[in-house]
Amino acid sequence: MNPENFIADHIKSLPRSGIRDFFAIVSEMPQAISLGIGEPDFVTPWKIREASIFALEQGKTSYTDNRGLLSLRKEISKYCASFFGPEYDPVSEILVTVGVSEAIDIALRSILNPGDKVLYHEPCYVSYAPSVTLAFGEAIPVATTPGQEFSLDPEAFEKAWQPGCKILMLNFPTNPTGGTADREKLERLAKFAKDKDLIVISDEIYAELTYEGEHVSIASLPGMKERTLLLHGFSKGFAMTGFRVGFGCGPDWLIDAMMKIHQYCMMCAPILSQEAAIEALVNGSEDVMRMRDQYHKRRDFVIRRFNEIGLSCHLPRGSFYAFPDISITGLNETEFCHRLLREQEVAVVPGTAFGDHGVNHVRASFSTSYEKLVEATNRMESFVDCLDSENAHSAAI
Amino acid sequence: MSDLLSVLQETADPRPERLAQILGCTEEDVESELEELRKNKTLLGWMPLLNPTHHDLEQVRAVIEVKISPEREGGFDRMAMRISKFEEVESCYLMSGGYDLLVFVTGKNLRFVASFISERLATIDGVLSTATHFLLRPYKDHGHIFEEESENQEKPSVSP
Repeated sequence: MNPENFIADHIKSLPRSGIRDFFAIVSEMPQAISLGIGEPDFVTPWKIREASIFALEQGKTSYTDNRGLLSLRKEISKYCASFFGPEYDPVSEILVTVGVSEAIDIALRSILNPGDKVLYHEPCYVSYAPSVTLAFGEAIPVATTPGQEFSLDPEAFEKAWQPGCKILMLNFPTNPTGGTADREKLERLAKFAKDKDLIVISDEIYAELTYEGEHVSIASLPGMKERTLLLHGFSKGFAMTGFRVGFGCGPDWLIDAMMKIHQYCMMCAPILSQEAAIEALVNGSEDVMRMRDQYHKRRDFVIRRFNEIGLSCHLPRGSFYAFPDISITGLNETEFCHRLLREQEVAVVPGTAFGDHGVNHVRASFSTSYEKLVEATNRMESFVDCLDSENAHSAAI
Repeated sequence: MSDLLSVLQETADPRPERLAQILGCTEEDVESELEELRKNKTLLGWMPLLNPTHHDLEQVRAVIEVKISPEREGGFDRMAMRISKFEEVESCYLMSGGYDLLVFVTGKNLRFVASFISERLATIDGVLSTATHFLLRPYKDHGHIFEEESENQEKPSVSP
């Protein structure tokens, strides 16, 4: 038996995630300080966990409606109206999913025919391009740049457009850059989407973690609700990564199409997670603000330290990631990460794990304690100083 | 709340040099703000949070509900202050409800605490009655949970 014959060709050609390779190396060094974690360091607030425990005690162990508990969808509808702007019908315009990742997957599979094209910005979350490939689409990356602090650049999207483009995929605030999108640029992008008749998939999972200015959802702009799938979830703002619960809000025809896939491959999100999500939406806003304030302070500290060290770093306006430029060290991003881990036992992630446009950058999460951030940045300073000495020595020779 | 106070409440390392590093200012700036906070009595002091179940630290703690007679001038204040001044008294609060003062007392053993209550506290003129509850086992103190949930050993050290 030849196993190769039993793996689909498009899966064989799918590259492994660079972040997984790096994880394998870091996991052999448990003593290292990791700034490589893409999730909150906070444990889910107790009241939310307790709601899930209570549901379990009450024997809530069944399937739910494929679309999710109606009571949860009603709360999602209220939350979206107050936080993002648009009002969605809980019955027909909201689908509860197993995290935003599932929502992205089933949205792409619902919309794309083989060969259809998807414009997305890069550096970006690791699953975007592979998800497009898995849906037999063609992913077209559009660079966000350090010069613009990795914020939305509508002009770059306009230039990258080509016949066959069907979807515009956005993630602001962005993992891994912390880039955001302001209203003016979103308005220009909205006009472009309407002119070119594009569907927008907007992953706004970090929306609550916006530190400067307001978070604007493209779905809230005039004429955009009907062509936008707004994706959100509980993992980041509410620190509920392990609950695996997210949702998609959009036009009923698209939610219906996504439902077809969701009902066959997933059935429903776990009921205990949905019960926790209700508590999060009803009573969790103060916890979200408390955690956001902590990230905000840590961000200010980390960005200041990176710039002091000589690793030029823009101010991430959202998310909990810093994305410093490491080119001054003379190392590429992968060498930098490997040597930093080996020599100083600090883990950061190579920017190219988030696409080729992450070259010369690394992602450092500030979702960790002050103590660890202070120690990690001190060690990075020693590392960069050593590299400076090495470089000076080489130049002298 | 100032940035310094906010950081002080979050960090386990209150050394001025470390605080200065976090806040992006000089050690002198931190020292001077700490001094100001002490002067205006915002910052009253430092206290380590010890684990009372550690065998070296084992002490007996009791919480006592005290009824007292209010006085024509000053109400409960003079009596409350008088009780608060005992070294054995850890905390003392004026309460609403079925009694007047809630007094926390600490001592090296049960006999010590019992004799403090019966011989010193209950005998003060104006103390009408006491009801003593001995603390058996701590679960949470000053926001610290004594038996923390175990850290998730399987949480990945790098994730997307």
